[in-house]
Formats: sequence, C-alpha cells, structure tokens
Amino acid sequence: MLEFSGVTGGIHNWLSAHFGETGTMLMEMLIAGVVILLGMILMSFTLGYMERKVAAFMQLRLGPNRVGFKGTLQIIADTLKLLFKESFAPGTSDKLLFNLAPFIVVVVTMLSIAPLPIDPALQLFDINIGVFYVSSVTSISVIGILVAGWSSNNKYSLLGAMRSGAQIVSYELSAGISLVVIVAFAGSMKFSDIVLSQADAWWIFKGHIPALIAFVIFIIAGTAELNRAPFDMAEAESELTGGFHTEYPGMRFAMFLLAEYVNLFILAGIGATLFLGGWMPFHLWDLEGFNHVMDYIPPVVWFFGKTFFLIFVIMWFRWTFPRLRIDQLLTLEWKYLMPISLVNLILVALVVIMGWHF
Amino acid sequence: MRYLAVYIGTIIRSIRSLWKGMRITGYYFTHHKSIITQQYPENKATLQLGDRFRGEVVMPHNDANEHRCTGCTACELACPNGTIKIISKWEVSPEGKKKKAIDEFVYHLGMCTFCNLCIISCPTDAIIMSKDFEHSSYDRKSLTKILNKENSTLEKGVE
Amino acid sequence: MNLFETESSKLVESEEDFVVNIGPQHPSTHGVLHLKIKLEGETVKDVEPHLGYIHRSIEKMSEAGNYRQFSYLTSRMDYLSSHMNNQACAIAVEKAIQVEVPKRAQVIRILMAELTRLASHQLWWGAMGLDIGAVTPFFISFRDRESILEIFEDTCGTRLTMNYNVPGGVMLDLHPNFQKRVRELLPILKKNLKEYDDLLTGNVIFEERTKGVGVISGADALSYGCSGPVARASGVSCDIRKWHPYDGYEEVKFNEIIETAGDCFARYKVRMLEMWESISIVEQLIDNIPEGEFQAKTKNVLKPAKGEWFVRVETARGELGVYLISDGTANPYRVKFRSPNFSNLSALKHMAVGGKIGDLVAIMATLDLVIPDIDR
Repeated sequence: MLEFSGVTGGIHNWLSAHFGETGTMLMEMLIAGVVILLGMILMSFTLGYMERKVAAFMQLRLGPNRVGFKGTLQIIADTLKLLFKESFAPGTSDKLLFNLAPFIVVVVTMLSIAPLPIDPALQLFDINIGVFYVSSVTSISVIGILVAGWSSNNKYSLLGAMRSGAQIVSYELSAGISLVVIVAFAGSMKFSDIVLSQADAWWIFKGHIPALIAFVIFIIAGTAELNRAPFDMAEAESELTGGFHTEYPGMRFAMFLLAEYVNLFILAGIGATLFLGGWMPFHLWDLEGFNHVMDYIPPVVWFFGKTFFLIFVIMWFRWTFPRLRIDQLLTLEWKYLMPISLVNLILVALVVIMGWHF
Repeated sequence: MRYLAVYIGTIIRSIRSLWKGMRITGYYFTHHKSIITQQYPENKATLQLGDRFRGEVVMPHNDANEHRCTGCTACELACPNGTIKIISKWEVSPEGKKKKAIDEFVYHLGMCTFCNLCIISCPTDAIIMSKDFEHSSYDRKSLTKILNKENSTLEKGVE
Repeated sequence: MNLFETESSKLVESEEDFVVNIGPQHPSTHGVLHLKIKLEGETVKDVEPHLGYIHRSIEKMSEAGNYRQFSYLTSRMDYLSSHMNNQACAIAVEKAIQVEVPKRAQVIRILMAELTRLASHQLWWGAMGLDIGAVTPFFISFRDRESILEIFEDTCGTRLTMNYNVPGGVMLDLHPNFQKRVRELLPILKKNLKEYDDLLTGNVIFEERTKGVGVISGADALSYGCSGPVARASGVSCDIRKWHPYDGYEEVKFNEIIETAGDCFARYKVRMLEMWESISIVEQLIDNIPEGEFQAKTKNVLKPAKGEWFVRVETARGELGVYLISDGTANPYRVKFRSPNFSNLSALKHMAVGGKIGDLVAIMATLDLVIPDIDR
C-alpha cells in the first residue's frame, strides 16, 4: 500500500532529467535535510505530547486537554512561549562555547538519524558500518554537554555536567556491547542487512537468551545515556540546580530539549531495528498464512509501531521508579551491567559458532 | 560460588520488585475510569459542597427584606481578629422607647479566617456561612462588605 | 559584633569547600527553609538551617484575644495535623477552667485526630516519593487523602484548618453522614495502603536510597529532643497516647510501633505501620460513638484562676506541648508552643554529615518537617 520506492525513484528520475549528476545529488541532499528538520520538529512535538499524556494517565489525571483538540496544541503553545523569551548569555561565560554547545548536541542528533531504516526505500545513508557509525557518533554528544557545563562559568553547572559526562561515558560501554551481540548474530554491521536477516523472525525470538539479555541491558543503558529518570540525578538535581543546562534561557534550552526527545526516538529506533526487526513485519518462520497476513501492514507502520512501543516502555520507567543516587548509578553499571554484558558476549560467540540459535 | 548465588539472587529479586511497581502504573494507564480530575469551571453546576461549608459570612434576608440581626455585637466580640464591626444607631419604636438597632454590619472579607466563631456565638441565627468560594477580585475595596441590605429592617418577633 | 556577621562566615575553611544554599524557595524543603550546606565534592560536611522565613508571631497574637480565640491560629502552625493542634489548645484551656469533656466529644476528638494522622501520613508518603524521585506516588496518595478531606468537609466545614475543637468539646455535632461515609471508606483505604507497599516500599531502588542512610541512635535522638516517629524509629518509646493518655485514649487498643535501626527506612516503616494502627483505632470507635452532648457548658467569658498548665499531645510529627500561663484576666498572659518539628530539625546535622547530597534529601523527606511549625 504505502510504497515509497515509487516516490523516491520518481523524484530521482525527475531531478536527473533536469539537472546534472552533481546537481541531482545536491538537490537531494537539500530535500533530505529539510525533511529531516521538519521530521525532528514534528517528532519532538509528538513525543512531548505523548510524554505528558502518558505521565498524566499513569498519575490518575488528564494531562493537557484544553489547548487544541484534547491538548494537541499545548506543545506548540509552550514552544511559542520559549521563542519569546529573551535569549542571552551570562556576562562572565565563554561566549563562543556557550553559543556553540546546543548546536553540537543538535548536530550529533541529526547525524545519528541518518542510517535509521524506516522503510526499505526510505533509508538515508546505508553505510556498511552502520552500527559502528551510530555508536561512535552518539558519543560526541558528551562533548556538547561538557562544553555547556564548562562555558556557563557556574560551579553547579560544571558539577552537573561532570556527573552527566561520567554517566554517559560509562553506560555507552554496556550499550555498545549489546549492539555487538546482534552484529554477531547477523554477521554484518549494515542496517539493511540486519533488517533483512530478520525476515524469518525477529532476533529477539531467534537469538533466545543472549538476545533477550542484550535487549534488557540495551534498554537500561539507553535510558541512562539519555539522562532520563530513573537515572536523571545529574539534571533533576533541581534539588540543587538544573544541571548543565541551568544557564540556558529560552530557545537554547529548547534545543537541548529537542535533542533529548529526538535522541529518545533514535535510541528506540535502533533498539527496534536491531532487536525487533525494524520495518520487517512479524513473521514466524514457516507459518505462510500468518506471514502473508502480517505483510499487509505497511513497513512504515511496523517501524513506527515498534519504536513507539519502546518509547512507551522507557516512559513507563520514568514515571514509576525513584531516582538512583549518583554512586549507585555507577555501581549499577560497573558491577552489574558490565560483567553481565561481557559474559553475554562470550555466550553469544559460543551460540553463533555452534549454531545454537534458530 | 556463594557470591555468585547472592549476586544472581539480588538481580532476580530486584527485577521482581521493579515489575510490581510497573504493574500498578500500567494498571492506572489502561483504566481511565480511575481518573479523578474534576474539570473545574465546567462542572460548577453539579458541584456538591457540604452543607456546613465555610465559604463567606452572609446575612440572609427573607422576602420582605428583613434580617434577624439585633446588633447585640456577640459576633464582634467573638471574632479573633476584628473582621466584624457593627455600627449601630438608636431607633425609636412605635411605643416611644429608644432601642438600639443595627445600621451597618461591616465585614472585612480580606481579614476573615473562616473560623466559624461568629456563627456559633450569634443568639438569633442572623448570619450563616454561604457556599461561595470564589472571592478573588481586582479591587481591595470590594472585599469590605456591608452585610445588611438597603432599607432592611429587623424581622418581627426577633429579640 | 557586626549585625550581619554570623557563624556561617566561618563555614568556609579551605579552598576546596564550597557553600551551597538550598534556598528558601525550593521544591523539596516542605516549606520555606534555608539550608546552608558545606560540601566537599559530593560529601556533606556541615548543615546549617536558617529559620524565621514564616514567623508570624502566633504566640504573641494569642495574648491579644481571649481563651477561645487563639486556637484557630494553631491550625496554621502544623497545618497537616491541625486537628491535633486545636485539641492541644482545647485541653489546655479545659485544664485551666477545670471543666470535664463529655464522652461523646472525647470519642469524636479521637476519631478526628486519627483521621488527621492518616491524612498527614498519606501526604508525607506522597512527598517522600517526590523527593526520592518517583512522581506517581504523590498523586495516588492525594487521591486517598481527598476522600478523608471530604469527610472533614461534611462535618467541620473546612478541609485543612479545622478549628473544630473548642474548650469543652467540639464545635458542632457530627454530620448524619459521618459514620456511613467512614465505614465505606475504610475497606477502600485498606486496599490502597497495600498498593503503597508495592509501589515504593519493596522497590529495590528505594531500599538502596534509604537503608543505612541517616542513622541516629536512640540516645542521640533523645538528647536532641526528637519525638514522634523519628524517635520511635531509633528504639525510643515515646508515644504520648500511651504514656500520658488524654481524651479517652486509655480505653482504645492499639500498638506503639517501635523499630531499632534508626535509619531512613526504619522511619519510613514506622509511619507506614502507624497508618494501619490509625485505621484500626477508627474501626474500633466508629460503631461505638456514645450518645450525649458534644460540648460541655462553659461560661461565656472564660476566666481561669492564676496559674500555669502544660499539656502534651501526640501529633503526626511528634510531641506538641502547650504551656499556658494565666493571670486571672480574660486574656492569656503567655502561651508557648513546644513544637515537634523544631527539635526534629536540630537532629538534621547529626544525621546528614558524612553522607551525600542525595542522602540529605532523603533524610529531610523522612524527618517529615512542616516549616510553619518551626517558625510559628
């Protein structure tokens, strides 16, 4: 039904008929950039609304329900308010770095959207080291956070940024090792190959125990990487201050927020692609009839459905659990998640060599 | 070996306790009947306040524009912070006797603490607490109210 | 000495320490409390509370009116156990004018006090969850507290600052719906209290945050003057309802909850179990309210003889004392309130030094301070 290869193929043909080869490439990059920007803004609106509604229903209340139909325009109203705020830099801060930090974070986010396979025809950048690329690009966001904390010239922001930085760097290890588990199963780092290898069933079913452990660890480590509750000690240190983004007013703060929500989408997207099959419908090995029925639902719907399911689970964590203290956070990573991931890695090597997966 | 058993036991116990918490929030997420928010300005017509609700002191008048306040100042003496001030005048009754009657019952809504002491000390049940709770106003002068209406008189038979 | 040079200017001793203000306006200090904390890295070295931001001279105002007119101010002192504050004032005046309270009024007072204790502990549970980081328990506990407040609205007319106890008894008789509503409410409350355990008590993250944190021994708790759940969690038996019973508590069967660990988790458990005890007291009394008068006859103008009287009452937070001096006239000469939160706060430094900032927040949550009670 929703077939995008016709659309993308058509655009490409029309462009190469009217411009030269370089011109086509430039125009396509322009179109892709605009679409990504709009997509990011829409995604952060949607996720902001979803977060508030999910939180409200779990807390026995209604959430935004007056502005727009059932509160859908609430986030737009909040964004307009943030736009109108005076956006200045503190006098004693390092002006260049202060203005640079939100951009680093947003650019990193845009870079990591690129290889996500939304549809067989809608993948922006199918590099052959896909998983490796994503893992390394998301590490650059730590620089943005540290720069933000340092350039504010405020001892509380610096403390918060240091804590955030330590937390993100530690949890990247476990998240990375979980991704390696699936790469070992699929035999390739390219995203489209990994999705195609799940044509008979998703890796979370095929790679039974190691994949399940890797999935759980990935979700936990991912939540910690995003600085979300229950791991948000560094910024819900609005017990003390607001963490690394204390000094950022108005629209610059909104850029951090935008980056956080889109990072959430990316994390859930990667989790859905690697563990739950990406745009591949829910096939169960040889059940032909079942597989054909599942094929009727377009791949885009599958991708977004799985991603939003994972986002819902991460939001569920946030509104249920209390916060971990900063040293308990690091204990969890180094004493529990790290050894388990390493043992899991050995296990997966064994399983793949002996062929004990489905 | 024992360390390993304790380690794995901790993990399993922790995951079970976390799942118990998630089940409760998951239940509330899916059962929307448990939402207790009252949509305030829209539900004013069906709002149920208790009949002893302490909203604002008012002096009820009957159809003949009569109230029951004799000006005995029991409420003024009972009020802890001087919210009530009774201004009285001398009235000449038909028999020619001079009697004290109430001229103005000044009530400072801005100072009232809604403690109910004036209501229970009134011997003639002249004042009651109404159920009106929306007192905010733009002008402080509107918070000083005169409770007896224009040209109202004392009800017959009230001592 | 310069007026503004205080002890705190000596707080900063070396270059690595820095002083942080958890300021008066703050989401997690339960009121306007200003804490100056000296930190070394993440560890707390010193805590200095600055009080007085909500001082309203309640004790001075009490000297201006007569003996019936000062109890409404105490509702606003520790506003979560307002009923028990008013009860303390009423008992003090009754002792001064030597009037006896009828049985019905005593039972009504106990019922209202236990319901207030329950509501106060529910709010404490919600706020504790909020401080530790979980936002959902706040709303769940407020839903349950709302049902109790609606019962108060029926009988007393107000939900928070009740002013329902007067010298001699209670101000108005019970609403006809009172017994029925309470009887319907109790099974619902029991079911919901079990949910509290699932959501927060058994949670591994919560246990890690509170076990072993903020330990205070029994002897130290006594020497700081702590009372209520804070002292009972360190093994000190100090429930005034058992030791100096008042208003008919000697005939009610309930347990005094004592834990010995002295840490945050023990204080938490004491308050959770006290909620169950309150429910059991309400259950015992709700069917046996004696008939009779709800207020003893007292003179219009109360003029006790010269003398001084001290009355203590167990509020939700500890021991509230009312010290009344009369000089024979219609106005009290002096009213002094011994506030439980003031003494509990003094133990904060002992408990918090050596821990981390996250521990400080957990300790303040379990101390359950209501700041207007400290400043009066």
